[in-house]
Amino acid sequence: MSVDGPTKAYRRKLDIRRGRVDMSHGAGGRAMVDLITGIFRAAFDNEWLNQGNDQANFPTPNSARMVMATDGYVVSPLFFPGGDIGSLAVHGTINDVAMSGARPLYLSASFIIEEGFPLSDLKRIADSMGRAAAEAGVPIVTGDTKVVERGKADGVFIATTAVGAVPDGIMLSGDRAVPGDVVICSGSLGDHGVAIMSLRANLEFETSIQSDSAPLHGLVADVLAAAGQQLRLLRDPTRGGLAATLNELAQQSGVGFRIDEDAIPVKPEVAAACELLGLDPLFVANEGKLIAVVAPEGAAALLAAMRAHRLGREAAIIGTVVEDDQRFVQMTTSFGGGRIVDWLSGEQLPRIC
Amino acid sequence: MKYVNEYRDGALARDISAAIAAEVQPDRSYAFMEFCGGHTHAISRYGIEDLLPANLRMIHGPGCPVCVLPVGRIDDAIALARRQGVILCSFADLMRVPASHNGSLLKAKAEGADIRMIYSPLDAVRIAESEPNREVVFFAIGFETTTPPTAVALKTAVAKGLGNFTVFCNHVLTPVAMRAILDAAPEPGMPPIAIEGFVGPAHVSTIIGMEPYRSFAEIDRKPVVIAGFEPLDVMQAILMLVRQVNEQRSEVENQYIRAVTSAGNRKAQALCEEVFEVRDDFEWRGLGVLAASALKLREEFAAFDAERRFAVATVQADDNPACECGAILRGQKKPVECKLFGTVCTPETPMGACMVSSEGACAAHWTFGRFREHQARQQVKPPRRLQSAS
Repeated sequence: MSVDGPTKAYRRKLDIRRGRVDMSHGAGGRAMVDLITGIFRAAFDNEWLNQGNDQANFPTPNSARMVMATDGYVVSPLFFPGGDIGSLAVHGTINDVAMSGARPLYLSASFIIEEGFPLSDLKRIADSMGRAAAEAGVPIVTGDTKVVERGKADGVFIATTAVGAVPDGIMLSGDRAVPGDVVICSGSLGDHGVAIMSLRANLEFETSIQSDSAPLHGLVADVLAAAGQQLRLLRDPTRGGLAATLNELAQQSGVGFRIDEDAIPVKPEVAAACELLGLDPLFVANEGKLIAVVAPEGAAALLAAMRAHRLGREAAIIGTVVEDDQRFVQMTTSFGGGRIVDWLSGEQLPRIC
Repeated sequence: MKYVNEYRDGALARDISAAIAAEVQPDRSYAFMEFCGGHTHAISRYGIEDLLPANLRMIHGPGCPVCVLPVGRIDDAIALARRQGVILCSFADLMRVPASHNGSLLKAKAEGADIRMIYSPLDAVRIAESEPNREVVFFAIGFETTTPPTAVALKTAVAKGLGNFTVFCNHVLTPVAMRAILDAAPEPGMPPIAIEGFVGPAHVSTIIGMEPYRSFAEIDRKPVVIAGFEPLDVMQAILMLVRQVNEQRSEVENQYIRAVTSAGNRKAQALCEEVFEVRDDFEWRGLGVLAASALKLREEFAAFDAERRFAVATVQADDNPACECGAILRGQKKPVECKLFGTVCTPETPMGACMVSSEGACAAHWTFGRFREHQARQQVKPPRRLQSAS
């Protein structure tokens, strides 16, 4: 009998190249351990995850106010130009935390995998998540894996949660916009949504547009340093695009917005694709952009700080906060007329004629 | 975007706006109808009303194929989609259109009906090819613009010998609806309809040409200016209409010369003639039953006609009696004059035809233009252009 430890039974290695997820990978037995060790722990590797407990035990900054955000990812297709469901699940939730001004600290990840999903794709997604987390400096410290029968999910769904610590004296919130404030957008709108749409079945158009999926906490830190107390709030215009974000803020703060269509950055190829599909870039999702509302005296410094950052080079002042008991978002069109930018009704569906 | 941005140029818009303002006679008013939803959308989307003089009013016409489709036909489509083995292929715009009993295609889909949203009729043919054991029904709607693509899909299915492909045909005819609007008797106590001219259809005219509008100009003395769907097209067409009215001319003019010819697209016309014939009558939401206003498949294509294969028997269903869509579509009322507008009838919960699609008069006003009444109440200044940020 060996004194070195328990005898290792022969185990078939995970066949990442040709294998597929089966029900045993979620059953709590050896197969599940193999999957977690071979794919997730290898990709996410960090001291907290490696504690191997059902929970991660981590230090936090003393007396800091903490923020927490959670988000589910069901994007289709799973792989798209500029990213995949894995990197998106890291960036999206980091950004939700970062919009409070917080420094994101830790992530958790929960996977719901459809029976039959190729292990090679799962590894590709996990590796991409691990890379995204490492680049962002936010480790994935705990996770969970479930497998559901074929047809009960679409490949893989991922839910991530992030916690972060808010620097002293920072209090950003959607109800802080006041008339006179300036609205700044960190870059071109609509890239993510159009990159995804270009791959959807039966649309069949070729484009060089890449998703803008990116972690924004670095940009947020620079913005905070430049604008400090003059910054009222930050928000990332994801689903529903700029239109949904400004309408949400108008409701929360009890104000209106006036924006200028000419000032809103949209890439020509995104504008062209939207034209083709009958979409409006103002309603299309972004995953690497933020909207800042700032007191007028802080606008110039904030804009300069954004433009100095890699993810904010195309930043622009796009409008102002106004008094409005109806809480309308109004826009001067590039044509010279006025219109409302309303909430989206239903899904954004292309017009047919 | 080349060949698009040129038609959205703000500086040119201001020039045309100034020309219209200079040419309208101050002591009278002007009222024109843009028939097409595409024009309604452009007017609202670009805020064209702000660029027109106060005594010039645009009336939003019924040219939105989703809006004018009657409830009964949506009910039929839902019933088809619910049949065992059927895949219903529909344009996405139709999914939320309200049907009887608070239903819609979107709700039927949620309840398990197999409804696929497609971008082209040929997508439906492809689905029929890849699912030979299912019955694939294409829910065909639209004016003359979308009719030829349906014909192409049908002929493709015939050529491929697809026995599982059928068309549920709801194609309608633009000139008949324009005629119905002009001929409508005024409602009791209402003044006669004030339409003095039409901004004529853009894409429809690429197919049917200019001739079908001739009677409006020559018999009814209502000028028609065919215009493209870009905002400068609309502005220029309005200027051309003002000039015709001022000079007491009533002609069919073509602003959209880059796409529309006098004869139209003869090949498409021939194809439609081969596949379709005119129905005796058809119900239009908001306009009622109009004789010879829609198309059905010819006898030779009976095997591909969903109405025959599935014995569709349309039951007429009424809109909410308080709905003013009919009067709005005829230009007798404005959306805000309807009791339902913005209360129970919004784009999220449309009650009537005009709120159903973003091209409908009420939806366009709700989505893009309702700040105007608000501004008038508050007397606030229109949006001021910002200093350039760069």
